[in-house]
Amino acid sequence: MKGMLVCLIAIVQREALRFISQRSRFLAALVRPLVWLVVFAAGFRAALGLSIMPPYQTYITYEVYIVPGLCGMVQLFSGMQSSLSLVYDREMGSMRLLLTSPMPRWWLLFSKLVASTLISVIQVYAFLGIAGLLAGIKFPVLGYVLVFPALLVSGLMLGALGLLLSSTIKELENFAGVMNFVIFPMFFMSTALYPLWKMAEASVLLRDICAYNPFSHAVELIRFALYGQVNLEALGWVVLAFVVFMAGSLWGYDPARGMIRKKA
Amino acid sequence: MVGGIKVSRVSHGYGQKQALIDVSFEVEKGAFCALLGPNGAGKSTLFSLLTRLFVPRSGDVEIAGASLGRDPRQALARLGVVFQQPTFDMDLTVRRNLKYFAALQGLSGKDADRRISDALERLGMAERANEKARALNGGHRRRMEIARSLLHDPSVLLLDEPTVGLDAATRRGITEHVHELAANTGLTVLWATHLVDEISAGDRLVVLHKGQIVADGISEKIAGDLSLGDRFLALTKSEEVAA
Repeated sequence: MKGMLVCLIAIVQREALRFISQRSRFLAALVRPLVWLVVFAAGFRAALGLSIMPPYQTYITYEVYIVPGLCGMVQLFSGMQSSLSLVYDREMGSMRLLLTSPMPRWWLLFSKLVASTLISVIQVYAFLGIAGLLAGIKFPVLGYVLVFPALLVSGLMLGALGLLLSSTIKELENFAGVMNFVIFPMFFMSTALYPLWKMAEASVLLRDICAYNPFSHAVELIRFALYGQVNLEALGWVVLAFVVFMAGSLWGYDPARGMIRKKA
Repeated sequence: MVGGIKVSRVSHGYGQKQALIDVSFEVEKGAFCALLGPNGAGKSTLFSLLTRLFVPRSGDVEIAGASLGRDPRQALARLGVVFQQPTFDMDLTVRRNLKYFAALQGLSGKDADRRISDALERLGMAERANEKARALNGGHRRRMEIARSLLHDPSVLLLDEPTVGLDAATRRGITEHVHELAANTGLTVLWATHLVDEISAGDRLVVLHKGQIVADGISEKIAGDLSLGDRFLALTKSEEVAA
C-alpha cells in the first residue's frame, strides 16, 4: 500500500516538473481561453441574449456565461495533451518503463490520470484568476472552493477519455486527426458556448446531441459549482462517463487483450 | 529454475502473422545469455512478452521462479529491464530520473537515496547526479540506465539491443560491464542483439530466426569450426550482415 502511494506521488511529481519546464504549454493553456473570452465573447455579447436560468439568479453577460465552458475547454485540451504525451511516451519507451513497474497496471494508469488532472486544475485556477483580474468576472468565494472537487471529477473524466484515445492510437501522426474529431465536436456541441434552449432554436437534434455530450455535463458541473451549488445530475453523468472511459482505457492497456499488443 | 529465466512453449502473433512459434529455452541463474537474431526474428516481440507489455497467446514465462502469467507482479519485481529506446527524461536531473524509477518500484526515502548513491558511486558519476540527463553522453546514459534497472536488486536483467547508436569503444565497455555483473553478482542476464561481436566464447547463446529457435547452447560450441558470424549467417541464411 505504501509502495502504491510512493508510486502515485512520484508520477504526479514527474508530471508537475515536466509541466513547469514547458512554460510555453502553460502559456498556451492560458492564452487560448482568454482569447475566447476577450475576442469571441465580446463580439457575441450584443448578438446573444440570455434569459435567467439556474444557477444564475439575474441577467448575465455572455462573458460570464462562457467562463465555465472555457474552464472545461482548458481541461479538455489538457486531457488531450496528456494523452498526446502518453503516445509520445510510448514511442520513446518511458511508457514501457512505467508498465514494467510491479504495481498494478490500473493503479499506474490512474496515477497518470491524477497527475494530469491536478495540472489541469492549476491551469483552470490561473485562468479564473486572470478572468477575475482582467475582465472583472468574479464568483462567490464558496464557488472558488466548490469548483475544486468539480474540476477534479471533470478533469478525471476528460483525462480518462484521453487515456482511452491514447490506447487506440498507434503513432503520434494519427493524433492530430483525433484531436480534430474529438476536441472540436465535443467543445462546439456542448453547453460551453450556448445554453441548450438556444441550441434547440437551431435544431432539436443538435440540442439532443449537446444534452448527451459528457462534456456538457462537465461544463454544467463546473458552472453550478462556481456558484456554490452541486448539480447532481451533471455529477452523475460525469462520473458515469469517467467509469466508461476508464474501463475502456484499462481494456486498451490490458496486456492480454488491448490495442497496445498490436504495437511491438 | 529459481533465479533464472524459463520460457515455455511461447507462441505469439499479430493477426495472421506468427511472430513467435513454440519458443522454449531456459537461462540458469548467474548466466549471461545472448539472444541473437537478425532484424525481424521476433526478438522485440519476445522482449515485449518477457516484460509483460502484452501476454503470449500460449505458453508461459517464469522470472526467477515467478510466473508472468499467474503472478505478474512478483515476476516483474524480480526483473530489471534496459530498453532499446532511451527512457531517461532528458529535462530532469540524473538523480531525479533514478528517484522516479525507484518510486515505480515502491522504493522511497532513505532506502531509495542510499541505493541511488551506491549506484552513482559504483559508476563514478556521483558528482554528475544533479546534471540534466541531456548533459550526459550516449555511453554514460546507457550505463546509468543499466544502473537504474538494478536499483531494486532484481534477479534477472533483460537488455534489448542496449548498444544501439554507441561507438565501438563504448559498446565494448558496456558489454564487458554487463558480463562482469553476471559473473560477480549472480545476476541472470538476457542480452538481445544482432551483433555477434558482443558475444564471448563461453556465453550461453540462443539464436532466433523467423520466430523459432534455430540454435541453443554455448556460443563456441554452436560456432564449431566456423567463426560465430559465419555460423550465424549460415543458421539464418539471410543477407543480414553481422558485424
